[in-house]
Amino acid sequence: MKGSIIILFFFILGLLAGIYQLLPEHFLVNDYSLYALYLLMFLVGIGIGNNKKSLQVIKKINFKILLVPLSVITGTYIGVSIFALLQNQLNIAESLAIGSGFGYYSLSSVLISEVASDTLGVIALLSNITREIITLLLTPFFARYFGKLAPISSGGATAMDTTLPIITQYIGSDYAIISVFSGIVLTILVPFLIAIIL
Amino acid sequence: MITVLLLMTSGIIVGWILHHKTSFLQWISKFTNWAIYLLLFLLGLAVGSNEEILSSFDKIGYLSIAITLFAVAGSILTAWITYQLFFKNKGGEDER
Repeated sequence: MKGSIIILFFFILGLLAGIYQLLPEHFLVNDYSLYALYLLMFLVGIGIGNNKKSLQVIKKINFKILLVPLSVITGTYIGVSIFALLQNQLNIAESLAIGSGFGYYSLSSVLISEVASDTLGVIALLSNITREIITLLLTPFFARYFGKLAPISSGGATAMDTTLPIITQYIGSDYAIISVFSGIVLTILVPFLIAIIL
Repeated sequence: MITVLLLMTSGIIVGWILHHKTSFLQWISKFTNWAIYLLLFLLGLAVGSNEEILSSFDKIGYLSIAITLFAVAGSILTAWITYQLFFKNKGGEDER
């Protein structure tokens, strides 16, 4: 939660700088964000490879645990595809790309704005922040009525870190490893799925 | 996009090799946060200087929330099915 507030703060800071033209023109003409994105992707990779939890988690892989991230992907894609059919602002590919953030708003928004458009990047940002907030707020409800995997599924990529504490509080710590596993798999898949779709 | 994926994959390998260096990990995670802040600032900057996006910001907001409700509803439904079929009464971590 604190993380998303800081992120929104920087986004709004940039927004204001853009609206009131606080930065010199060459900042907008030269797009520095691509190089910053390259740097970020390398750092994110190091973070994943460096993560002791990811090493432990790989030893736990079996068919059943793989079903969890798989059902998150399937369910998310079914949901956003239905959404794409119901309105005409976002087409199927755009909807799938936004869904592919799985709550990982920082990475998905900058990737999508780079590959597609800034408008789509902003939708990815707001949508995936909303996914995290929904998970934080509704985990008790999801766990009670839709089973122990529901909060993990709603959390998506965030189930490995930001939403993990609340999730384990409501579904029990024996499911924590599944939550972390699903979150890590989805986190790694986010850039790949977005690349395939867009 | 290929560059992005290659960079991430090589990052994973570098991180894997250096996984025993905890001070390095802490430094990387701080640096990652600032790279994210910079990128979100730049995204804000691009949006703030784009009249077209600014004028339809309310519409973008509604769209974002609506698509998320569908994404979450879909994934909750498949999670419930997976739970009923494979996890309920069968233990959490492994088959016991």
